[in-house]
Amino acid sequence: MDELLKILENNASLSTEQLAVMLSKNENEIKDAVNEYEKNGTILGYKTIIDWDKIDREYVSALIEVKLQPQRDIGFNKTAEKIYNYPDVKSVYLMSGSYDLCIIIEGKTMREVAYFVSQKLAPIENVTSTATCFILKKYKDNGVIYKNDEKDERGFWG
Amino acid sequence: MVDYDSVILKSVLQTKPSGIRKFFDLLSNMENVVGLTVGQPDFVTPWHIREAGIESLENGKTYYTSNAGIPELRNEISNYLYRKFHVLYRPETEIIVTVGGSEAIDLAFRTLIGPGDEVILPLPAFVCYEPLIKLAGGVPVIIETTFIEKFKLNPEKLKAAITPRTKMLVLPYPNNPTGAIMTKEELSEIADIIRDTNIIVLSDEIYSEMTYDRVHTSFASLPGMYEHTILVNGFSKTYAMTGWRLGYLCAPEILCLQILKLHQYVIMCAPTTSQYAACEALKNGDDDVAMMIDEYNHRRRYIYNSLKNIGLDSLEPEGAFYIYPNISEYGLTSEEFCEKLLFNYNCAIVPGTAFGDCGEGFVRISYAYSIKHITIALERIEAFLKDLKK
Repeated sequence: MDELLKILENNASLSTEQLAVMLSKNENEIKDAVNEYEKNGTILGYKTIIDWDKIDREYVSALIEVKLQPQRDIGFNKTAEKIYNYPDVKSVYLMSGSYDLCIIIEGKTMREVAYFVSQKLAPIENVTSTATCFILKKYKDNGVIYKNDEKDERGFWG
Repeated sequence: MVDYDSVILKSVLQTKPSGIRKFFDLLSNMENVVGLTVGQPDFVTPWHIREAGIESLENGKTYYTSNAGIPELRNEISNYLYRKFHVLYRPETEIIVTVGGSEAIDLAFRTLIGPGDEVILPLPAFVCYEPLIKLAGGVPVIIETTFIEKFKLNPEKLKAAITPRTKMLVLPYPNNPTGAIMTKEELSEIADIIRDTNIIVLSDEIYSEMTYDRVHTSFASLPGMYEHTILVNGFSKTYAMTGWRLGYLCAPEILCLQILKLHQYVIMCAPTTSQYAACEALKNGDDDVAMMIDEYNHRRRYIYNSLKNIGLDSLEPEGAFYIYPNISEYGLTSEEFCEKLLFNYNCAIVPGTAFGDCGEGFVRISYAYSIKHITIALERIEAFLKDLKK
């Protein structure tokens, strides 16, 4: 049912009925497969990709590069957990390269992000340094390009 | 005053504009129309292919190429055809790169067909064959394929259509508009009839990648058929490259030599930028094709089932990206059906009669659209059908 996952990854809004027809399965098979994927954590959730700039909502997002002192036995995991529990933190990745954790955070204002970095993140015991880069414009996120729905310009020949 | 009617050839004056076009003129000034009309992919050409075209421009590849196309591309075409369909064409002498499959079709007819020569043409099929045969001076001998035959070419009908004047047979499979394909076994029966004749088969395999339950069989791969076949294929549908205008024709050297002369004088060479982009498509495009075919396949199943549910009967399409439902039970001609649907429900599809008189009673619906778009269109068709049943 890899194909099911591929479809859902790109479009989670399809109904079970639609998915069943598209994949030549019956609805119960689709339901069972989705349930199983949800139960075993293959499917972690369903979200909508929104271009918040289209509506009046003030927000800033930033990418923070964090260097860490690894802890005995547990490496970086404990610190990562501490960080990802903050609801404003959208993503946390362990990186290869010149820093250890990459954090994507979203806040209402720059000040809010600054507060998080200086008051929450930097004081964590084994965080040795942070570098905050504000995101100025999103062109593409999760494989989706930020642009208006384009007109169908196809000629009708063929 | 010039009397234009007397200077323009009768054969051209008598050529009717495409029935697809006629229908589109109707809807061009309407707003909020949801159409399932288009005969081309909704995907944009994959970026790496576009990039190869751009790079060729950056590198100053702005000259004519050799008439038959750049050697690199002909090599890639040769490799591709062997890899996919086990047909072997020598890149140096048996492949001509053309301006779309359409040019290839025209070249083939004009090289082989003269006044009175007969070309057997199964219909419904794409709109260009009949006028091009006539403009070449030939006589189209039409075989009407039927719903019961699953719109495949019936060998008995073919036998009956052959006369001493038969020069060519057009094999338009996978088929636009019906979505029909011919399996290897079915093609073998055709090959058995062709084998001992002098007939050349124009096998238009432009939708060869778009088959859903089995791999396409290229007619030239059947025993003895290489020497009878002019194979036409191209990049438009497979790689979503319609606007690049690039196709190709493959045939035994002795035919290619003659066909190349027409191509040379009329076109010189296919667009250079497109040729470089096409090289990239053939070298690194397999994954893109697989992705697009998967997507078409989902839509195909979806539209076939949905149409069935709302009361339109069709064969499950096995190729291309069209479905061809039977609308005869609603008591309207194909054209009336499509016009009413358009004017009353703002939904556009193409009457079957655009693809031959035998398309009466059918409509062509394209599924080269997103599932969302298809769903909206189907809702309108459903409402229209309910209206008709009242």
